Amino acid sequence: MAAIVQSIDLSKQVLSPSIDGQGQPLTILHEASFTVDAGESLAILGASGSGKSTLLGLLAGLDVPSSGSVLLNSIDLFSLDEDGRAKLRGELAGFVFQSFQLLPALNALENVMLPLELGGATDARERAAESLCQVGLSERAHHLPKHLSGGEQQRVALARAFVTRPKILFADEPTGNLDAATGAQIIELMLELNRAQGTTLILVTHDEALAKHCGRQLRLEAGRVVQ
Amino acid sequence: MNLLRLSLNLLRRDWRAGEWRVLLLALVLAVGSLATVGLFADRVRQALQQQAQSLVGADLRIVSARPLPPGYRAAAQARGLRTVESRTFLSMVVHGEQTLLSEIQTVESGYPLRGKIVIDPPFPPAPLPQVGEGRMSSIPLHGTIWVSGRLLRRLELSVGDEVGIGAQRFTVAARIVRDLDHAVGFASFAPRVVMNADDLGATGLQQEGSRITYRLMVAGDTKQVDALRAELKAKLSGNEKLEDMRDARPEIRTALERAEHFFGLAALTAAILAGVAMALAARRFVLRHLDTCAMLRCLGAQQEQVLRLFLYQFLLLGVIAVLLGCGLGYATQAGLVAFIESMRNAELPQPSVLPALKAAASGFALLLGFAFLPLLQLRRVSPLRVLRRELGVPQASTGLAYGVALLVLAGLFLWQAGSLNLGMAMLGGLLAGLLCFFGCAWLLMRGMERHANRMASHWRHAFNNLARHGRANAMQVVALGLGGMALLSLTLVRGDLLQGWQGKLPPDTPNRFVVNIQPDQRQPMLDFFARAPLPPPQLLPMVRGRLVAINARPINGDSYAEPRARELVEREFNLSYAEKMPEWNELVQGRWWSPSSGKGEEGAAQLSVEEGIAVKLGIHLGDELTYDVAGSRFTARVTSLRKVQWDSMQVNFFVIATPELLRDSPVSYITSFYLPPEKLRAGDQLAREFPNLLVIDTGEVVAQVRGIIEQVSQTISILFLFTLLSGIAVLYAALLAAQDERIQEAAILRTLGADSHYLRRLHLSEFAVLGLLSGLFSAGGAVLLGWVLARFVLEIPYQASVIIWPVGGFGGMLLVMLAGWLGTRRLVTLSPLAILRE
Repeated sequence: MAAIVQSIDLSKQVLSPSIDGQGQPLTILHEASFTVDAGESLAILGASGSGKSTLLGLLAGLDVPSSGSVLLNSIDLFSLDEDGRAKLRGELAGFVFQSFQLLPALNALENVMLPLELGGATDARERAAESLCQVGLSERAHHLPKHLSGGEQQRVALARAFVTRPKILFADEPTGNLDAATGAQIIELMLELNRAQGTTLILVTHDEALAKHCGRQLRLEAGRVVQ
Repeated sequence: MNLLRLSLNLLRRDWRAGEWRVLLLALVLAVGSLATVGLFADRVRQALQQQAQSLVGADLRIVSARPLPPGYRAAAQARGLRTVESRTFLSMVVHGEQTLLSEIQTVESGYPLRGKIVIDPPFPPAPLPQVGEGRMSSIPLHGTIWVSGRLLRRLELSVGDEVGIGAQRFTVAARIVRDLDHAVGFASFAPRVVMNADDLGATGLQQEGSRITYRLMVAGDTKQVDALRAELKAKLSGNEKLEDMRDARPEIRTALERAEHFFGLAALTAAILAGVAMALAARRFVLRHLDTCAMLRCLGAQQEQVLRLFLYQFLLLGVIAVLLGCGLGYATQAGLVAFIESMRNAELPQPSVLPALKAAASGFALLLGFAFLPLLQLRRVSPLRVLRRELGVPQASTGLAYGVALLVLAGLFLWQAGSLNLGMAMLGGLLAGLLCFFGCAWLLMRGMERHANRMASHWRHAFNNLARHGRANAMQVVALGLGGMALLSLTLVRGDLLQGWQGKLPPDTPNRFVVNIQPDQRQPMLDFFARAPLPPPQLLPMVRGRLVAINARPINGDSYAEPRARELVEREFNLSYAEKMPEWNELVQGRWWSPSSGKGEEGAAQLSVEEGIAVKLGIHLGDELTYDVAGSRFTARVTSLRKVQWDSMQVNFFVIATPELLRDSPVSYITSFYLPPEKLRAGDQLAREFPNLLVIDTGEVVAQVRGIIEQVSQTISILFLFTLLSGIAVLYAALLAAQDERIQEAAILRTLGADSHYLRRLHLSEFAVLGLLSGLFSAGGAVLLGWVLARFVLEIPYQASVIIWPVGGFGGMLLVMLAGWLGTRRLVTLSPLAILRE
């Protein structure tokens, strides 16, 4: 199967804040190289501060590396400008976050419509309603996020992530803010949608049990890929 | 299209969440205040113009010593203008054995075209036919005359008595209480008589060689009047001249200009405050939309899409606010007009649409300068924020944003203040003041932190909090200070200023000018005043001279294009000489001569010129002017330029010379004094004892200037109301700005075990410090604003009342504590989880 994500010597350094204001360079990701095939599911595992979220941000083009490159669907992400990367994300990627990241001003349906509308779709409402139906939230379509439970909010986020039929789904600790039972339901739903749409899944977590649901695990320690 | 719908959707939701309220309120207030002032000033100008015109009795007069060609009247009528003619001449009025030289004016039905002559008993005694455009005829009936009170006194007459004028007997039907024709020049020194024009023939006074002044009075549509003025200007012969309200006394013009500046600056203060409220609200908006933008970027929105999303919202908000603001402005000015009696009765035409357009343009400029550019930052929010909440606001464009805000402010200042110097002075003062306040607030908060260790725990926590967010809190103090400044300006400073302005015309403001006092009459005059008894008058020397050369270059009327300048050069000036500068004059350039500078030829020949006439005639400091005084010439150097307070109603001179220069020239004296109503007979006695004197009644002009000040006083309160509301909007926005952070902190403190009592004390301590500081800055700002208005606009000395400091300090403290408590009282009772979830 062809690689859909390629990480080549990906490194990220930041200046650590210091008392004298000078700042010391701190490497938070060290030459990470790996590939993810289309349809594959990959769990990025690691303790807090190991660089998981940094790696996810770089793979999705949310941040720029200090060195190295990422090929997304064979396109060099960092040869594009900020807007080019946004466009590519809109076309290829879906996102699920620990803190749901729904827009508080929009109701559930409007939140799901958002990526479609940004992409210029004309049937956004119908597709979004359908997607909400898939996650079992048709009844709550017109509720604002603050009136939904954590599990419901994450289901809206899943509907939003899958509504554009993305090739890659980036998930950052999707169960981190949920209790165990709800978290399990969410994971089940996510993997089911993933299988149904043949989406490539890149999941960041510190939860070994959750990682086992994915076909492959990549372990990070202090910014280095160790497995 | 989808983006537009999404944008409107977000706007609708945000609106429900209250995100846009402050922005909209601030913009409505800004446009509303500018529109009110613009529209209202337009109408006030019209009202004052009408009043000034009423002093002339018309919009335009054509005056001649010979009968006017009938073509003039026909030309005016052809333009749809109303016209009347009047004739004025001097004649004896006879009552029994007594006679008095009086100024007789014959008037036609319809006179006056503007304003009215107020008489006692009031007119008309019986219904009269309608004349002209529905105006009631208001002239004496056949065989009757109206006369001035002076004539009644001098001839010991009463209303109803008969007098003789020429060959005809007339019944005195009324006493003239308020007359017209006093605004142009001070020509009418003889007591006045108003007579029906149809009676002139019967008097037999209109004969070949009679000295009659003919006046054609014209009124109507402004454009047509202007066109007629232009048309006639080309046709006028040498002894005919045009007069209009532009020839009105400088006292009235000056008062009018001051009123307009005052209005303009009041509106601008409101607009600036509204701008600050907008900036604060926009800042809060940015902070609350960082996550939204990051998510949009994450979902693939490009920078341009994010920008458009907010641009649509802003445009819509702008349009709504501008419409509401203009509507508010229109309603307020209409209310003002209905509220002020003199304006209600004036039947003013509707204001033009131009001031509303100007206000709308200013509103959009404010929106752009203060709110939109800060929002541009949203476009640059990193999508990484979805993973890292700690990423703040992108900083890149703040410099540009402030720069544009400054430019917008500068532009508005220049536009509204109408004067480059005044606009720049206000703007510079404002910026310097804000920076100074900011620096002081920041330093004070840092300083307080150092001494906080010895205080109670909540105080220590409060001071630490204030110092930790030093910049943001200093900003908040400045914003609160601005809001408070508006409140104090409205309440305390306004009163002081208006009182000061009214104080410029104290009750004993001179209402009589006496001209032509001969040198040998000086002592008898002083004796007369001592007997009256009246305060001794200050007799000022007056020498008639004509300006013939500037820097040895001969000049005459042809040297100037402007009619007023031409007139000034063609006629004789009144020069004076003095050792000391008159107290109501102010030196603007050069130096006044000292006694030592009088030594030597060069020092003895110095002139001081009024700055207005210097500009008009192109005279500069250091120029040498040559005057012709009674056939002999002298040349002297201009060593100072003076500003003259024309509305002081004191005797003023365009040109004052060193005494050595003019002492030996033919001189007469001039004075002004206040003649109280109960001593009117002393004024008549003065004219009788010194028949050569010209005693001129300037009471009408004083009353007119007082009327303008009165009108401004009545209206400025309502204009300041906008300033007040904008001030409150700033206060509100400033408190909201820090609200979110306070909420977060409260939740964390509650989680860590702080009880509601502690939280309340902590918040109130913070608010007390913020309030006290901002209150003191408010007082400082208000005093400064008052001083600027007093010094540059009203030109009066200004002494702020001491009470402003305690009122500002404690008032600010209480107000901010109250508002802060209202805003945060919920926090101390809610559970931390509920707060954090919001």
